[in-house]
Amino acid sequence: MLWETIRLAIQAIFRNALRSFLTVLGIVIGVGAVIAMVTVGQGSTEQVTADVEKLGSNLLMILPGEDAMEGGPAGTATPMFDLRINDLLQEQLALIDVSAPMSMSRGRVVFGNENRRTDIVGTDNRYFTAAGWEIARGRLFDTAELKSGKPVCVIGETVRKDLFGTADPLGEVIRIRKLSCEVIGLLKSKGASTFGNDQDDFVIMPLRTFQRRVSGNTDVNLMFAAVRDGVPTERAVREVEVVLRDLRRIGRGEDDDFTVMDMKQIASMLSGITGVLTGLLSAVAAVSLLVGGIGIMNIMLVSVTERTREIGIRLAIGAQARQVLMQFLVEAIILSLFGGLIGIAAGLSLGYLGASLLAIPFRPDAGVVLIAFAFSAAVGVIFGYFPARRAARMNPIDALRHE
Amino acid sequence: MTDAATRRLPLIHLRGISRVYGHGEAEVRALDGIDLDIDEGDFVAIMGPSGSGKSTAMNVIGCLDAPTAGQYRFNGVEVAGLSRDLRALLRRHYLGFVFQGYNLLARTTALHNVELPLIYKGMGRAERHAAAIEALAKVGLEHRAHHDPSELSGGQQQRVAIARALAGNPQVVLADEPTGNLDTKLSREIMEVLRDLNETDGLTIVMVTHEAEMARYARRLIWMVDGRIERDTPTEEAA
Ligand SMILES: Nc1ncnc2c1ncn2[C@@H]1O[C@H](COP(=O)(O)OP(=O)(O)OP(=O)(O)O)[C@@H](O)[C@H]1O
Ligand SMILES: [Mg+2]
Repeated sequence: MLWETIRLAIQAIFRNALRSFLTVLGIVIGVGAVIAMVTVGQGSTEQVTADVEKLGSNLLMILPGEDAMEGGPAGTATPMFDLRINDLLQEQLALIDVSAPMSMSRGRVVFGNENRRTDIVGTDNRYFTAAGWEIARGRLFDTAELKSGKPVCVIGETVRKDLFGTADPLGEVIRIRKLSCEVIGLLKSKGASTFGNDQDDFVIMPLRTFQRRVSGNTDVNLMFAAVRDGVPTERAVREVEVVLRDLRRIGRGEDDDFTVMDMKQIASMLSGITGVLTGLLSAVAAVSLLVGGIGIMNIMLVSVTERTREIGIRLAIGAQARQVLMQFLVEAIILSLFGGLIGIAAGLSLGYLGASLLAIPFRPDAGVVLIAFAFSAAVGVIFGYFPARRAARMNPIDALRHE
Repeated sequence: MTDAATRRLPLIHLRGISRVYGHGEAEVRALDGIDLDIDEGDFVAIMGPSGSGKSTAMNVIGCLDAPTAGQYRFNGVEVAGLSRDLRALLRRHYLGFVFQGYNLLARTTALHNVELPLIYKGMGRAERHAAAIEALAKVGLEHRAHHDPSELSGGQQQRVAIARALAGNPQVVLADEPTGNLDTKLSREIMEVLRDLNETDGLTIVMVTHEAEMARYARRLIWMVDGRIERDTPTEEAA
């Protein structure tokens, strides 16, 4: 009997295939959105974690200004760091191996007819160690270049590809703003990071060169500190805070004018963003499922009216009310399950597409797929019940007389 | 047996059956205290002016409707006060219906239409199929089993409807104006089918008709006026 009911429902659905599809579109969109989002979200979380591990989770980023990551009015009133602070910090910190000073700016680099807007970074060799960059060809800076601020630079793979193509960059001179700069080294590619930003898109020169010829001041924008092996990051952070407060002469009771972040924190922040996005889309999906449910209810009500005579016939030949109820309920459930299945397929395809576009791993979640399936069944039950009950309550005599 | 107390009740036994629609001013007494006995194997035609309560009587006898007052024993069992669902079970197992408008499921083959009541009886696929083919054979339509109603003539559609009523092997077939939509020639065909079923299979049939000629196929004629039975005679005498 149940099998008959299911067969009947599928027949009824396919008798009006286009209408059925339009009816379940809301569910398709809702389920599809959730699945695509969760798939991409999980892939990117995994990617962030992997990226951070690649960076080394023993890295600290020290920025001027409190709550630097929240984009407060940093920079204006807050004093920047300088090289002296960086070196004092490295000297005084027991739990830190190296601290690398970094200054940054964006600008155009030119070679021959080619040019590219990229990140221009001033730092010293400590940065390569701390951030785990390896040289592919050429060399890093030597002491004389660092000390006297010579116009030399190390470039990332993206910049090389763009400016030089197949030509050899080593020994060539590129122009960075007004500075002519010799390329002495090429870094090994790290590829895209989690959110698709290209980590190889930069040019690095000695800090002194940057300060004299690019920024025109002695500021250091941030410091990159590598925590000594085996030291818990929290302890290192606390030490940095204490020493830096002292170096910057912050009195008791005053707030820090800098922010120390470890990469784990950055990772959790990034996945936090993913979480917010997932949450937002889930809300959209919930609304979409509701609309989809109402669509199903509407079409089932139409169907019940259209098939009044059929209901009358069934009742007359001995169908009980609950059998008629079942018939229409099963039809609504199968209808929304179809929607759910199409949505799952669409969501997974979209997730796959998104993952390959963002260059993150494709991570479909069986749990979410199951939940989506159960959810669409639930939509069918909830929104199919009312029309089904209306069908079941019909009086056979009136139903048979219906035109 | 002449002792009234021990005599078996007829298959259908109505006493003082009333069916009242509406309340107060708008009250309509569609059936007004009907007494009626129908024995197994009988073929009864009900006639009467429009609005005299023929269909209402059929609905009550067929357990599609419940009477407002009175006694209805079917097979000796009181059924007047049964719930909706129990009446559905009675219809499923003991009653077959033929309607004026055929009432076949559209876009569904004759075979499937005939199988429909058997599905509710919980019959298995193969058994159902065999029973449906047999019922279609009884009305001479086994060769049309795989046609949709839209591919059949009115007379053929009504025969499929009769086959559907027969498929569940009911004790009574109730037919409300079964020839109402058909011309005289097709009407006669349908009446011959019903008469054969009554004569050869001993099927009990209750039928409403407006045409005296069709009523003559029955054994017994009941004439209704204003919700009452005015006359109840064998058809040979009525003619
Ligand atoms: N659902 C209903 N609500 C109110 N009154 C009804 C209803 N069904 C039937 N009636 C009334 O009951 C009376 C008997 O109706 P019924 O349909 O039994 O007549 P009938 O003899 O079958 O007529 P016809 O020959 O036109 O089919 C009529 O007056 C009709 O208006
Ligand atoms: Mg009538």
